Amino acid sequence: MPQPVHDFYQAMADRVGRSLADRGAERQIVIQVGSATCEHAAGSQAVADELVRHIRASGRKDILLHRTGCTGRCSREPILGVRLPGRLPVKYERVNRDLVHRIFTEHIQGGTPVAQHVLDHEAGPLPERELLFCEGSRCHGSGPGLRERFAAMLAERGVSRESVRIGAASCFGACGLASDHPASGGPATYVLARPEKVLYRVSGEEDLAAILDGHLVGGQVVERLRAQEEPIALAFMERYGDVAFFNRQSRVALRNAGVVDPESLDEYVDMDGFKALADVLERRDPDWVIGELAKARLRGRGGGGYSTAAKWTMARKQADATRFIICNGDEGDPGAFMDRSMLESDPFNIVEGMIIGGFAIGAQKGFFYIRAEYPLAIRRIQQALDTCRGQGLLGRNIMGSGWDFDLEIRLGAGAFVCGEETALIRSIEGERGQPRVRPPYPTDRGLWGHPTVINNVETFANISAILRYSGDWYARLGTEKSGGTKVFALAGKVRHTGLVEVPLGTPLARVVNDIGGGVTGGRELKAIQTGGPAGGFIPASLQHMEVDFEPLQKAGSIMGSGGMIVLSEDDCMVDIAKFYIAFSQDESCGKCTPCREGTTRLLEILERITQGKGELADLDKLERLARLCQRTSLCGLGRAAPNPVLSSLKHFRGEFLAHIVDRHCPAKKCVALIHYEINPEKCVGCTICARNCPAACIAGARKEAHVIDQAACVKCGNCFDVCKFTAVDRV
Amino acid sequence: MTTCPHCPTDNWPELERGYRAMLPEDVLAFIDGNRDREHSESLLIATLHMVQDHFGHLGPGHLEAVAQLMQIPLAKVTGVATFYHYFRLQPRGRFLINVCLGTACYVKGAEKVAQKLMDELGIHFGETSKDGVFSLESTRCVGTCGLAPVVMIGEEVHGPLAPGQVPALLESYLARAAEEMAKV
Repeated sequence: MPQPVHDFYQAMADRVGRSLADRGAERQIVIQVGSATCEHAAGSQAVADELVRHIRASGRKDILLHRTGCTGRCSREPILGVRLPGRLPVKYERVNRDLVHRIFTEHIQGGTPVAQHVLDHEAGPLPERELLFCEGSRCHGSGPGLRERFAAMLAERGVSRESVRIGAASCFGACGLASDHPASGGPATYVLARPEKVLYRVSGEEDLAAILDGHLVGGQVVERLRAQEEPIALAFMERYGDVAFFNRQSRVALRNAGVVDPESLDEYVDMDGFKALADVLERRDPDWVIGELAKARLRGRGGGGYSTAAKWTMARKQADATRFIICNGDEGDPGAFMDRSMLESDPFNIVEGMIIGGFAIGAQKGFFYIRAEYPLAIRRIQQALDTCRGQGLLGRNIMGSGWDFDLEIRLGAGAFVCGEETALIRSIEGERGQPRVRPPYPTDRGLWGHPTVINNVETFANISAILRYSGDWYARLGTEKSGGTKVFALAGKVRHTGLVEVPLGTPLARVVNDIGGGVTGGRELKAIQTGGPAGGFIPASLQHMEVDFEPLQKAGSIMGSGGMIVLSEDDCMVDIAKFYIAFSQDESCGKCTPCREGTTRLLEILERITQGKGELADLDKLERLARLCQRTSLCGLGRAAPNPVLSSLKHFRGEFLAHIVDRHCPAKKCVALIHYEINPEKCVGCTICARNCPAACIAGARKEAHVIDQAACVKCGNCFDVCKFTAVDRV
Repeated sequence: MTTCPHCPTDNWPELERGYRAMLPEDVLAFIDGNRDREHSESLLIATLHMVQDHFGHLGPGHLEAVAQLMQIPLAKVTGVATFYHYFRLQPRGRFLINVCLGTACYVKGAEKVAQKLMDELGIHFGETSKDGVFSLESTRCVGTCGLAPVVMIGEEVHGPLAPGQVPALLESYLARAAEEMAKV
């Protein structure tokens, strides 16, 4: 029996294998530079240009300059990685042109890494090898015990801690794969040996001893213990496993971010790209696809958390055979950037997810709706679509299967409401993006009246992984109600900002403290805001709660698209609530009165309170109006808009009362409620405050204590910022 | 020259010539190429993007030309152009400065950066500097929260930015504008 799809995939994989093997044989040294919007902003382009000059000048032909997407380690960018054959990969942080010169001469030419600029590196020499133990909380946790035992064995044998590092990783994503292992039985964990890239499956002390003697001392791979499985995050961990920020994550949707060149189909195929699609087209069984998603307990990652399998089923069983599938890339929540990163760093994965979705629901055409503010994401997706069409992966007769399907990009134009699915459909139709009443739901009557499935970028990013590793595997990563992982955009007052992917059910505090490194400047955590303008605040007292759709909702917030803003004691909750309401008020499309007028009045009341003109009755008014707006608005945007107000009232009522009753802002943020004073004991009369005062309201002679004229002061805070003797008090 | 079957007015060829003269070649080719496609009216937003990319804004004449050539009522074209924030109806300066006022930037002091920009340029949000070099706008999150607070000038993102760095940043763009002027 002819197997056109199988043959198509095999030919493609063979071609890619040969071409990458040729490249690897020629160029054994790989220098990796990130290329995404954040990386560019941090200066990665200049770094890449400088590298090209150095490589050319050195005349070396064995160096490959590898462009990748972004790893999501935003605050340390640009990041530059160096891989020398047989050595641990080294990543450098905040690289500039001068540092490129040092790295090139000392590390690449000289063989010695520039230790003090290595990403997240603490003092001391760099290890030569590393053994990374998988310690996912979901795989029965034999990891930590084995790791400690191994460290002790190393010490007994006198192997120095400096040459071999023993690390712990949160999860390789191998959970559940082990059951297929012939030697399965009893607790076991996985150990990744770097730089040899060997994955061992270890179940006891005997195995540890074999690795110690055979691998570390003898320099031979212990074939008996070599794992048959290829966990999903393996390639990622090989490159980034030594960095705590990364190895405490579980990368599924972001597995290729920072690993592959986003413009290279070959590299994506090398990561088993399009294998899932080939499998789907070979089986020709949409019910199998949807069944796996149901087993995976995959829920929409855009915010609502609706079951993806249920949504696809609804579209599938419609009588109307003209159907559409849409990828919602209108990421509008302030503080969220995971969709951008996935579109820019692993575009082929999203495209594959959409093609599979198109097949499962029986669509002929799909659309990417991407906001115009993301020019690089648009370029990368367009490039991916063109490449796929050229290679027979999109368009007519996909992979020789006889099935036709095509994708097209439509641009947003800066309207937040277009993230709402009925508004998004209007926008693709070329209309003003105003929502309409549901039902009918888009799966019933959507784009041009036909059944339409709309899913978020991250949802599509998970599809190929689920089909490759099975729905059961994906479900095991998460909780009882929601399978898999979720990507969060960690930002605000946190040390390590960036993209964090963790299994659902991970405690919030683990994300903020273990991965994020805690609050900046040694300040106290006050709250964690999740879900953007439609979400709410989780007070520090609830920081140990598990991240999942239901617990967040119970606490008065939502999962939303995954924005996670860390707020410290320096942030005023009334002010932040006002910020979000101002956002929703500005973005309200104006179609329905509760949202249009409700958000406006809410904003007016909050402004009154932050200006010190609030009354106690305002709190009741706020609550009543917020509930009204929640109950009666037409679309999800209006219904969710009052959430920040309600959740801040619930958890931080005391702060509202301080503003109203004491006319005092505890965080000293609300300008109308603070003033500045100069402490005469501390002031040395350096005059820097007076020179920087825009209102010229600071008087005082040189070397004498200065005084602020409160009547003329505009409270800009310049004096507070510039004083080197902390003599200016904000009260 | 195409004749429009839906509008058999005596002077259509003459009108069409006038409208075509108002739009650049690539936009005309796009409109012509889509005319017979199913749901071609859905490409209105894409067309407006192209016009704005070319002119920097959407003037009343541009909107009318698009409306006539796509055969979409001007009321609807105007409705769409005014609904979406991304479309600008006024000409703008050589460089568009977008101050991000998203949450991450806001809690990291974006307002102070915005104030400094206003002070230095002597303009408010939505205005253009007298020399025509800068227009100032605010935006909700450009998605580079790790670098907060950020300011986007043209397509380039700058961050993290302290108010003190603003003058030098503006200076570098002024120099670029002067260089461009010298070339012309």
